[in-house]
Amino acid sequence: MSAMAVEFKEDYLQAYRLKSWLLTTDHKRIGLLYMATITFFFFVGGAAATIMRLELMTPKGDVLPSPDAYNRLFTMHGVVMIFFFLIPSIPAVLGNFLIPLMIGARDLAFPILNLLSWYVLMIGGSIAIGILIFGGVDTGWTFYTPFSTMFSNTMVVPAATAVFIAGFSSILTGLNFIVTVHTMRAPGMTWFRLPLFVWALYATSLIQVLGTPVLAIAVALVAVERLLHVGIFDPALGGDPILFQHLFWFYSHPAVYIMLLPSMGVVAEIVPCFSRRPIFGYKLIAFSSVAIAVLGFLVWGHHMFVSGQSMYAGMIFSFLSFMVAIPSAIKVFNWTATMYKGSVRLDTPMLYALGFIGLFTMGGLTGLMLASVAIDVHVHDTYFVVAHFHYIMVGGAVMGYLGGIHFWWPKMSGRMYSELLGKLSALTVFIGFNLTFFPQFVLGYLGMPRRYYEYPAEFQVLNVMSTAGASILAVGYVLPLAYLLFSLRRPPDAGPNPWRASGLEWQTDSPPPVHNFEEIPIVTRGPYQYSPEGAEAIDGNGDDASR
Amino acid sequence: METVTTHRASGPPAAPSDEPILEVQFDDLEQQHEASSVGMWVFLATEVMFFGGLIAAYAVYRAISPSEVALASQHLNVGLGCLNTVILLGSSLSMALAVRAAQLQSRRNLLWFLAITAALGACFLGVKAVEYYQEYREHLIPGWNFQIPAQVAAKSSSLPLDPRRFEMFFVLYFFMTGLHAFHLIVGIALVSVMALLTWRRWFSGSGETQIEVTGLYWHFVDVVWVFLYPLLYLIDVQS
Amino acid sequence: MWNFPLFPDQASTIAKHVDALYFFALGIAGFFTAMICVLILAFAARYRRKSTADRLNPPTASRTLEIIWIGGPMLLMLTMFTWAAILFYKMYDPPVDALEVYVVGKQWMWHAQHSEGRAEINELHVPLGRPIRLTMTSQDVIHSFFIPAFRVKQDVLPGRYTTMWFEPAKIGRYHLFCAEYCGTNHSAMGGWVYVMEPVEFQQWLSQAGTGASMAEQGERLFVQYHCAGCHRGSQTVHAPRLEGVYGRPVPVQQGTEVRFTLADYRYIRDSILRPKSEVVAGYEPVMPSFEGQITEPDLLKIIAYIKSIGAKEATQ
Ligand code: HEA
Ligand code: HEA
Ligand code: HEC
Ligand code: CUA
Ligand SMILES: [Cu+2]
Repeated sequence: MSAMAVEFKEDYLQAYRLKSWLLTTDHKRIGLLYMATITFFFFVGGAAATIMRLELMTPKGDVLPSPDAYNRLFTMHGVVMIFFFLIPSIPAVLGNFLIPLMIGARDLAFPILNLLSWYVLMIGGSIAIGILIFGGVDTGWTFYTPFSTMFSNTMVVPAATAVFIAGFSSILTGLNFIVTVHTMRAPGMTWFRLPLFVWALYATSLIQVLGTPVLAIAVALVAVERLLHVGIFDPALGGDPILFQHLFWFYSHPAVYIMLLPSMGVVAEIVPCFSRRPIFGYKLIAFSSVAIAVLGFLVWGHHMFVSGQSMYAGMIFSFLSFMVAIPSAIKVFNWTATMYKGSVRLDTPMLYALGFIGLFTMGGLTGLMLASVAIDVHVHDTYFVVAHFHYIMVGGAVMGYLGGIHFWWPKMSGRMYSELLGKLSALTVFIGFNLTFFPQFVLGYLGMPRRYYEYPAEFQVLNVMSTAGASILAVGYVLPLAYLLFSLRRPPDAGPNPWRASGLEWQTDSPPPVHNFEEIPIVTRGPYQYSPEGAEAIDGNGDDASR
Repeated sequence: METVTTHRASGPPAAPSDEPILEVQFDDLEQQHEASSVGMWVFLATEVMFFGGLIAAYAVYRAISPSEVALASQHLNVGLGCLNTVILLGSSLSMALAVRAAQLQSRRNLLWFLAITAALGACFLGVKAVEYYQEYREHLIPGWNFQIPAQVAAKSSSLPLDPRRFEMFFVLYFFMTGLHAFHLIVGIALVSVMALLTWRRWFSGSGETQIEVTGLYWHFVDVVWVFLYPLLYLIDVQS
Repeated sequence: MWNFPLFPDQASTIAKHVDALYFFALGIAGFFTAMICVLILAFAARYRRKSTADRLNPPTASRTLEIIWIGGPMLLMLTMFTWAAILFYKMYDPPVDALEVYVVGKQWMWHAQHSEGRAEINELHVPLGRPIRLTMTSQDVIHSFFIPAFRVKQDVLPGRYTTMWFEPAKIGRYHLFCAEYCGTNHSAMGGWVYVMEPVEFQQWLSQAGTGASMAEQGERLFVQYHCAGCHRGSQTVHAPRLEGVYGRPVPVQQGTEVRFTLADYRYIRDSILRPKSEVVAGYEPVMPSFEGQITEPDLLKIIAYIKSIGAKEATQ
C-alpha cells in the first residue's frame, strides 16, 4: 500500500467554506466548479433527451401534450448540450485543471479572468434555465431565420442572450489557455515536449477565440431583427435568410472541433499510458490538431448543400470537408499503431478511450457520407444526421470526457474508484449508445426527418429500439456519478501516480498542493517515455489502489 | 519523467517598492509582461473577428444593393465623420507618446498624454452624439422613428430603390458605429483608470505593462474606425 | 410487427445511382471501422500485459506508414468526392422537356399547382417516366420539400424560387415530408406523392379541375390586377410588351449603364414585386409595386402566363 504512505499535506481542497470556493482563483478549484456546473447541465439535457425518446416510442404524439412541447424540448436539449455542456466540458474542466500542471506552471496566466469566465457561464446558464422554466424556445439549436426572428413566439431573445453570454466564457477560457501555453511553460518544456493534450487544447482555444465572436454577431443580429423588426434576415423585410446560415455555421462547424479536439487530446494521453509505450507519430498528431482547427474554418457550407446556395459552392465545400478528414484519419491510425507491441491493460480509462476510437471512427466516416453532396441531398435533416453527430459527440466526445475523468480522478480527488464498477459503466455506455443511435442511421436513410413529433407508423420498431438503448445509456451515465461521488467518502488513497503515467501532472501529490509543485520542475525529456519494463510495478500498484 | 529542480515555487520575495508587483503565478517580471501583451494580442484577434462578422454582413448587403447603400450613405455627415477620424488619429498619437513616457518613467508626461488621449476620445464621442442627434432629427433611426427622407422618396420614382435596403444600411450603420462607440467608452474608462492610478502613484513601477496593453487596445479601436469611416461614409461621394 | 422496412423504395431514376454511391461509401466506412476495431481488439489481446509477445523495438514513427495512411484514404476520398459531385450535377440539371409543377410551402401545408391547371394540397400526382421540374417558393419561413423514395430534397425559401427535378420510375404512393424545421406542425407538414401511369395521370389532370390551365388562370389575373392596362399597348403609359420576354436577356438600366439580365422566374417575380429594382432600358419606372397584394400561388400563375405568351410567339 505505497499509496497510503503519502503523508498529509496542505492540498488545494483543504479550505471548505463556500466563500473559499466562490472566490477562488486556483485553476484546480475553478476546474471543479466547472465540473459541477456542466454535470448539472448534462443531466438537464439528458432529462430532455429522455422525455424526447419516450415521446418517440410511438408514432403519434401522446406522451407530450403538444408538438410545441416537443419542439421546445429538442431545442433546449441541443442548446444546453452544446453550449452549456460539451463546449465547456473538457477545456473548462480538465483543461483548467491540467494545463498548468502539465506544463509545470503554478496557475493559468490570468487566474481572475479564469474565475470570471466561470461566472459568465453561470450567468448564461441561469438565463438558459430561466428560459426552460418560463416557457422555452422552439427554434432548434440552429436558430434559423426567418423562423426565429419573425415567426416563433417563444423566448428567442433571451435564448440568444444566453448563447451570446456563454460565448464570452468560451472566448475568455481560450484566451487564457493560449497565453498560458505561450508564456508559462516550465524551463525545458519546449513545444515538442508538450503533451498532446496541451496541443489539442491549444488548437481548440484558437477556434474559440477566432470563431465565437462571429456566433455572437449572428445571434445579436437575430435579436436586433426580432426586437426592431428591421430586415436583416427576413426576406419579407428585405433581408437574406441564407446570410444567417453562413454566419451561424461559420462558427458552428469549427465549434464541432471545439467539442472534439479536446477528447482527442485525452485519448492521446490514455492510450500510450495503458499501452506502456511512446505514442506513435507524436509530431504528426500535434500538427494534425492544428490542421483540423485551421481547415475547420473552411467547410461550413456543408450544412447548406440543399439550402439554395450555388451548386459550385456546394462542391467546393464538399471537397474541403473531405480534406478535414485527413488529419482525423492520421490520429485514428496513430492511436491504433500505438498499441502495437505495447503492454496493454484494459483499465476503465482505456476502455473509454478505445470506445472513443471505434465510435468516433464510425461517426467520422458517416460524416464523410454526408460530405458526399449527392448522398447528403437525401439524408440532410434526417435521423442520419442525428446519428452522425451523436456518434461523434456522445460516442466520441462524451466518451473521451468520461475517460479523462476516470484517468485523472485520482489526481483531482486523491481517491481511486471501484475499478469493477468503472468497467461496468464503460461497457453499459458502449452498448446502450450503439443501441440508441445505430437504428437512427437506418431510420435516416429510410427518410425519417429530424425534429419530428409524430412520424409514420412503419418507423416505430427502430424508434423503440432507440428508446430502449437510451434507457440503458442513462444507467451508464448515472453509474459513474454515483461511484465517483461515493469514492470521496474515503481518505485519499491514490498516491501521486497510480497509473505510473509519465506526465508532469503525475509528479506532484494527489490532490496537488495549492501552487501545484513544491518546486517547479525542469523538463529534460519529451512526453510518453513509457517502456513495457516498467509495467510490472504498475500492476502491483494499480491493483492495490482499485480495491 | 526525470526532472531536476531549481526554482523555488512558493512565491517571489517581497517586491521592493519601485519594482512592479509580481503575481504569484509568474516566475519573473519579464514573463508577466509577456503574458499581458500576448493576452491583449489574442483578445484583439477576437475583436477582429467580432467586427469581421459585421463587416461581412455589410459587404453582402452592399454587394446586393449597391445603389441603396450609396444613397443612404449620403445621409451621413461626411464632415463630422472626417473630423472624428482626425480626432481619433490624434488620440492614437498621444497614446503612443504616453506609452513612450511610461517606458521612460516620465510620470508627468505620462499623465498629460493620458489625459489628452482620454479627452480626445471624449471629443469623438461628443461629435458622434451630435451626429446621432442629427440622424434622429432626420428620422433615420430604424426601429425607432425611421422614415424614408422626402427627397429620397421623391428620387425613388426615378431611381431603382428598395426602401427596406435603404433602412438596412442604417441598421448596420448604427450597429457598427454603436459597437465602436462602446469600445471607445471602454477605452476611455481604461485610460482614465490608468491616469488615476499613475496620479495616485499606485503602480509600484511606472505601470509600463499596463499602459502598453491599454495602448494596444486604444490603437485597435482607432484602426476599426479607420475601416468603418470609408466603408460607411465614403461611398460614391462624387455622384 | 416485424416486417418493417430497412431500406427505402427506389422510385425515381436517380435513386439507384444515389444508392450505388451510398453503398460504395458504406463499404468504405464499414471497411475502415472493421479494420480499426479488429486491430484494436487484436492488439489488446496479443499485447495484453501478461502475454509474452515480442515487444522489441516498437516503432515510434514511420514515414512510409504515415504516407500510406494519408495517401490511401486521400485516394478513396477523391473517388467519393468525384462520384458524388458528378451525380450531384446530374441531380441539379433538369432535362429541357420536363413537366412543370409549381409548389408553394406555407406553415404547415404544401400547395402544388400543375401547369395544366389542377391544384392540390399536401399531395402531388405525377406521371411515370416523365421528368418533372418543381419550381418552389415559400410564403413564410424556410421549408424543405423531401421525397425519400426519390432521394431528392430542396429547401424552399421565402422571397425566391428554388427548383428541383426527378423522374418517377415506379408506380406507387410515397411519403412527402417537410424536412426543414418550420414551427409547431413541422412534423405534420407532409402528405403523399402518387406516381401514376401517364394515361391515368392525364385523366386525373382533367378531373374536377377548373378546366383552365395555369397560364389561362394567369391571364385572368393579368387582367384582374390591371397589368393588361399598361402592358397590352396602352395609349397613356409607355410600357413594354411582355410577349417573348421570358427566357430572353433584357436590357436593364443601372445608373448610366445598361446591363443584360436573363428574364427568368426571379427576374419576372422581382419585376412585379419590386419593379424599381430593375428597370428596362428606355422606360420610365412608373410601374407600381404589387408587393403584398398578390399571393405566391397567383404570382406563379401570372409568371406561367407571361412564360406562355413567350412560347406562343416563338412557335408562330
Ligand atoms: C463533435 C462534433 C462533430 C464532428 C467532429 C464532426 C465531424 C465531421 N462532420 Fe459533422 N456534424 C455535427 C457534429 C460533428 N461533425 C453536427 C452537430 C451536425 C449537425 C448540425 C445540425 O444540423 O444540427 C453535423 C452535420 C454534418 C454535416 C451536414 C449534414 C446535414 O445537415 O445535411 C456534414 C456534411 O458534410 C458533416 C460532415 C462531417 C465531416 C466530414 C466530419 C469530419 O471531421 C470527420 C472526420 C473523421 C473521420 C473521417 C474518421 C476517422 C478517419 C479514419 C478512420 C480514416 C478513414 C478513411 C477514410 C477517410 C477513407 N457533419
Ligand atoms: C453534446 C451533445 C449531445 C448529447 C450528449 C446528446 C445526448 C443525447 N441525445 Fe441529443 N442532440 C444534440 C446533442 C446532444 N445529444 C443536438 C445538438 C441535437 C439537435 C437539436 C436540434 O435539432 O436542434 C440533438 C437531438 C437529439 C435527437 C433528435 C430530436 C429530433 O430531431 O427530433 C434525439 C432523439 O433521439 C436525441 C437523443 C439523445 C439521447 C438519447 C442522448 C443521450 O446520450 C442522453 C443520455 C443522458 C441521459 C439519459 C441522462 C441520464 C440521467 C437521467 C435519465 C436522469 C434524469 C433525471 C430526471 C428525469 C430528473 N438528441
Ligand atoms: C402603370 C402601368 C403598369 C402596370 C399597372 C403594370 N406594369 Fe409592368 N411595367 C410597366 C412599365 C412602365 C415597365 C417598364 C419599366 C420597368 O421595368 O419598371 C414594366 C415592366 C414590367 C416587366 C418587365 C418587362 C421586361 O420587358 O423586362 C414585367 C414582367 C411586368 N412589368 C409585369 C407586370 C405585371 C404582371 C403587372 C400586373 C400585376 C404589371 N406589370 C402592371 C408598367 C406597368
Ligand atoms: Cu415546413 Cu417543416
Ligand atoms: Cu459541419
